[in-house]
Amino acid sequence: MSNADIYHEMIIDYSRNPINYGKIKDHDTTFHDSNPLCGDSIDIDMKIDDGKVSDIKFHGKGCAICMACSSVLTEIAKGKSIDEVRNITKNDILGELGLENLQAVRIKCALLSLKVLKFALYSYLGKHLENNPDVDKLKEEAANLY
Amino acid sequence: MQSAQTSLENIRKDFPILQRTVRENKPLVYLDNASTTQKPNQVIDAINDYYRNHNANIHRAVYALAEEATELYEKARDKIANFINIKNRDEIIFVRGTTEAINLVAYSWGRSHIKEGDIVVTTEYEHHSNIVPWQLLTQEKEANLEYIGMDDNGELILDDLDKYLETGKVKLVAFSLMSNVLGTISDVEAIITKCKKAGVLTLVDGAQAVPHMKVDVEKLGCDFFAFSGHKMLGPTGIGVLWARKSVLETMVPFHGGGDMIREVHKYETTWNDLPYKFEAGTPNIADVVGFGAAIDYLSKIGMDNIRQHEIELTKYALTKLSAVKGLHIYGTKDISKRGGVISFNFADVHPHDVAQIIDEEGIAIRSGHHCAQVLMERLNVAATSRASFYIYNTKEEIDKLVDSLNKVARIFKL
Repeated sequence: MSNADIYHEMIIDYSRNPINYGKIKDHDTTFHDSNPLCGDSIDIDMKIDDGKVSDIKFHGKGCAICMACSSVLTEIAKGKSIDEVRNITKNDILGELGLENLQAVRIKCALLSLKVLKFALYSYLGKHLENNPDVDKLKEEAANLY
Repeated sequence: MQSAQTSLENIRKDFPILQRTVRENKPLVYLDNASTTQKPNQVIDAINDYYRNHNANIHRAVYALAEEATELYEKARDKIANFINIKNRDEIIFVRGTTEAINLVAYSWGRSHIKEGDIVVTTEYEHHSNIVPWQLLTQEKEANLEYIGMDDNGELILDDLDKYLETGKVKLVAFSLMSNVLGTISDVEAIITKCKKAGVLTLVDGAQAVPHMKVDVEKLGCDFFAFSGHKMLGPTGIGVLWARKSVLETMVPFHGGGDMIREVHKYETTWNDLPYKFEAGTPNIADVVGFGAAIDYLSKIGMDNIRQHEIELTKYALTKLSAVKGLHIYGTKDISKRGGVISFNFADVHPHDVAQIIDEEGIAIRSGHHCAQVLMERLNVAATSRASFYIYNTKEEIDKLVDSLNKVARIFKL
């Protein structure tokens, strides 16, 4: 696909009117990260009740790809169980927006929020489930996402 | 250029990369010259010729090739000294680039001259390479790093400098001659005069200025001056630190190793003469030769002609871009105070999206923080788009840039 084709209606709409944009004051976990080369910067706050992500919001600055993917990610995650959320893959996000063939230099824009989400979850699980070797796997997965 | 279009066309013919197309068969419009410039045949051929015909290590062996290689290397040093009007060639030290030059000063001068409580001053529009080395140094020495602020016009607030100098604690003021983001040309004369009066040393980052205008380092009167070859038609991986001999003599070596020594014994070593004391190991000989060829090329065109060409392009671009609805240009509109660098934001469209869409048209501009996050913070933006010009750019290319921005406007429904 031509590189400009990534700027289809859905991406533009999401970037103009992001879903779940904002902060959660009494969040149970939060995480921030940025892409050092391009300056995309995302925070994700999550509220977790009965093992489910009852609320999730993101805020920060980023390009259209970054904002659209953050919107889609939070839409997917909202209301899901911790296990379901931790198993969200990059293809779930890229597929939703037709970005499967996104060029390498922009992948980090698309996946920054997923990385932040995984780290936020890791930090939550680390605090709430002791001695769970599985948790470290999540951290590793997040760190190696792109 | 003086003889206008014909000479410009001849210049473009010297650059093989400008003949190629990118993406969907679009002619390359290269507008990222503040980042790095393209190379003319003359530079590529000089490097090629060096490896094909003269390659040997320098300064040691007595055979013919070694003699030729040494001569080529040292001749380039003379060309560079002459280009920036430095009388003493021994003050020209070859380094990898401006970043290494500044780190060399921070390490070799800074570590023995900066003490607890001292102040190093830099500015809000510096590249990270003129901020981070000073952070490392001042943190290690428990000294302080202060910033000369920038006004909304993109110019330095020199009252800040006065305030710091009054403390009597400032040991060094490090600033760029031209901002890599805004193109602002610093009031170098005023800054150095103030510093000299206060007995404070100055370091000038010339990476953005030297490629685009005549710079007379002797006349500037600074103590350290740094610039890079690859931003002025030369190869990557080669740059220059110039420092006043009397200052260099107070400095410890940066790297230890071959070529920088006079005598090495088991537990002590004496240093080689300047500049070799600061050029440890086998240097980047081929690229020094290529750098020399770039200097020849620029000298032949004439730095005043280059500046004039860029003033015309920048004026034209500022007028054309200002007419694009929703486009915000950063920095001064006073052409005498800015080089051929234009940073902008286009409505609420992120610079990465702008850059990607216009890349489809074969146009290469930079988007991001341009290694100047302190400045981005000051401007209160995450990033900007940046177009920067050089001798081979044309008004037609600026028209293409403006046209492609209309495409961005269409896609983002501006």
